[in-house]
Amino acid sequence: MPCVNADGTVTESGRAMLLGLKDAATAEALARATGLPLFRVRSGLREMARAGLVVELEGAYRVTERGQVLVKT
Amino acid sequence: MEATPSPTPPITHLPRIGSPAPEFEAPTTHGVLKLEDYRGSWLILFSHPADFTPVCTTEFIGFAQLYPELKKRNVELLGLSIDSIYAHIAWVRNIEQNFSVTIPFPVIADLNKEVATAYGMIMPGESKTEASRCVFVIDPEGIVRAMIYYPLTTGRNMDEVLRLVDALQTTDKHKVATPANWKPGDKVIVPPPTTQEMAEERLSAKNGFECTDWYFCKKEL
Repeated sequence: MPCVNADGTVTESGRAMLLGLKDAATAEALARATGLPLFRVRSGLREMARAGLVVELEGAYRVTERGQVLVKT
Repeated sequence: MEATPSPTPPITHLPRIGSPAPEFEAPTTHGVLKLEDYRGSWLILFSHPADFTPVCTTEFIGFAQLYPELKKRNVELLGLSIDSIYAHIAWVRNIEQNFSVTIPFPVIADLNKEVATAYGMIMPGESKTEASRCVFVIDPEGIVRAMIYYPLTTGRNMDEVLRLVDALQTTDKHKVATPANWKPGDKVIVPPPTTQEMAEERLSAKNGFECTDWYFCKKEL
């Protein structure tokens, strides 16, 4: 998994995406903000949404409480 | 009792130039990727026969070295072979250790041949267990724009891959065609007239074209 480890923690790129979502809500904006390729961001957001770390509404993403806890740890 | 060899999966359809590229969702060295993840970028999807083989290693090094030029052109690379994720990871690490080349693009682990079959990458006459050396150029809308097939024994030419991308992008941007052996900076082909009236106008007009005949005109970009 590129963003979420088997133990539920996030990888470096996952953490960068969660942090980047403070200022960038869309996959495109997040790719620009983090410097990650857009395909990696789309794939990572999909994975983190499945893990309950982000939620998506009409193309805009926000970090869930669970995701925020992971970023702080 | 003798084990029956598993048959090569039936080919249901093959990609065609100008048609939508077959969708996929596949495990890669960069996580699970879908074709739609590349929407908005050009994509070169290429297959190789097997990890830890010499010709494939030279090609991976070639694609890695080509990658910066492709990125300038909004092109992503995605490799594929019928190997496991673990084999891919080990091979990519081996290339870095032995050749000091980092492989920056993901590689599909297509153990169930799902993507290889959808894209017609397996040539049973050559090998039923390996993908041939295929290249699919897919545009930002997900349309197959070009296909190249090479046999197992022949490594691909990276300059030609880049030239092909340049030609396709030039065609899209300027609505022209590109002649044999065209390279960026060379003259391009003006699409031929489609009516007699247009043909006569083409030869009489001072349009800056370099015309040998009504159907054969070039111009500088």
